Amino acid sequence: MLRLEKLTKTYRTGDMALKAVDLEIPQGQVLALIGPSGAGKSTLIRCINRLVEPTSGKVWLGDVELTHLGAAALRRERRRMGMIFQEYALVERLTVMENVLSGRLGYVGFWRSFTRRFPQTDVDEAFRLLDRVGLLEMADKRADELSGGQRQRVGICRALIQNPALLLVDEPTASLDPKTSRQIMRLICELCAERGLAAIINIHDVALAQMFVQRVIGLRLGAVEFDGPPDALSPDVLTTIYGEEDWQATIRKVEDEEEEALA
Amino acid sequence: MSTATLDACIGRRWRKPPMIRRAWLRWGLSIGAVVYLVAAISSIEVNWARVYEGLDRGAAFIASFARPDFISRWGGIWEGMVESVVMTVASTVVGIAISVPIGLGAARNIAPLPVYLICRGIVALSRALQEIIVAILLVAIFGFGPLAGFLTLSFATIGFLSKLLAEDIESMDKSQAEAVRATGSRWWQWINYGVQPQVMPRLIGLSMYRLDINFRESAILGLVGAGGIGATLNTAFDRYEFDTAAAILLLIIGTVMMLEYLSGIIRAQVQ
Repeated sequence: MLRLEKLTKTYRTGDMALKAVDLEIPQGQVLALIGPSGAGKSTLIRCINRLVEPTSGKVWLGDVELTHLGAAALRRERRRMGMIFQEYALVERLTVMENVLSGRLGYVGFWRSFTRRFPQTDVDEAFRLLDRVGLLEMADKRADELSGGQRQRVGICRALIQNPALLLVDEPTASLDPKTSRQIMRLICELCAERGLAAIINIHDVALAQMFVQRVIGLRLGAVEFDGPPDALSPDVLTTIYGEEDWQATIRKVEDEEEEALA
Repeated sequence: MSTATLDACIGRRWRKPPMIRRAWLRWGLSIGAVVYLVAAISSIEVNWARVYEGLDRGAAFIASFARPDFISRWGGIWEGMVESVVMTVASTVVGIAISVPIGLGAARNIAPLPVYLICRGIVALSRALQEIIVAILLVAIFGFGPLAGFLTLSFATIGFLSKLLAEDIESMDKSQAEAVRATGSRWWQWINYGVQPQVMPRLIGLSMYRLDINFRESAILGLVGAGGIGATLNTAFDRYEFDTAAAILLLIIGTVMMLEYLSGIIRAQVQ
């Protein structure tokens, strides 16, 4: 579904953010990308939808190669990649509904979006999504009136209304409390399962990642250090990714996870 | 400092490092500034005898504020005020309409380099030419009257509004704009959804402020023949009709205060 071939990014400052990363993600797989700050996690997902231009390498989304696309073709492919951001990145002075509908911008013409007259099917879908995340009555509130968890759920709706094949998720829980973090992660993973979406989730919280995803990639200094199932994350593995620390408290046991699911 | 040990630091006084590291330069600049200030003040020549004579005229001018004469030149005052208001509103509207695209082009984070340079050039040109100079030039081209004033103020508005709008765009929250771009939006949609909502309150506030400035400027531009209330004011001064001049100044002050009040309300509404 998504395939990265020798994806490399060197910033103009000379920093090698990504060193020839190879990665393949099948349809419907939810993957967590962990690693210390500065490991290139953000750069990696931004190189996929080219918010950051990769220096070299290839990105295949289905059978389309993204790195050489022109502006119009890139816009078309971006529609298939929903993005969810750290700190939500909602446009604060727009209403919740406008924020959700902005996910359809790639599908409608300028005048329709400018006059806010979106096709009825889009509006219906926006209401359906808002209902799904429990924010139906918030549709006409301004985005900056919402709490952090509510904002992130609007961010999720904005990504999903694009009808994407892939979700790029950048630190979705970085500014949320532990309970809301779990709810958001659960929601993202449930929605991915419902819709058969693949997802790459950048996340700092290793335990939280283990709780929800099927596969974990450990990134260190722009290179893949670990690729495996969540319960293969041993203290040794975490030490190679992050450096020396006592990891016992960080790694969740599988039993805990099941208790969590029951709770 | 990286090799400093804790023992060496404990007990040592801490002071904020000076902004200018070189002591001679730091002291030199301070002393130079003081010397310059003293020299500048002592170079001002005041002819106290002339000041004494002038006090009477000043007093007459100020006294006339106590009995402003709105009546005897009312026709002229009314005409001048209407002309000024029309000039102000028209030039502000036209100025804003031109400033917005130039402001977009002058923001480095959304415009490509060539566009940026051209737009910054226009802004710099507009700001470099003072209103009075532009007005004199335009009066020479278009003749006396409000057309020259209207064009002058529109031109001046571009420099002011584009620059401040561009600066607001440059300091906007990048992540909000990035999120809209990631949806696959076109450039104009991106501006409309990702950028405009962020800068709109500031744009409205600046426009109100510029309306205010343009009205005050319109009173000045009359002095060089560009129409408006300034022309009436100039005539009143020429005829030593200080009471009529006082009436005009009171009207200008009243209008500016009203605009100030209005812009306060509007800015509170759009936050």
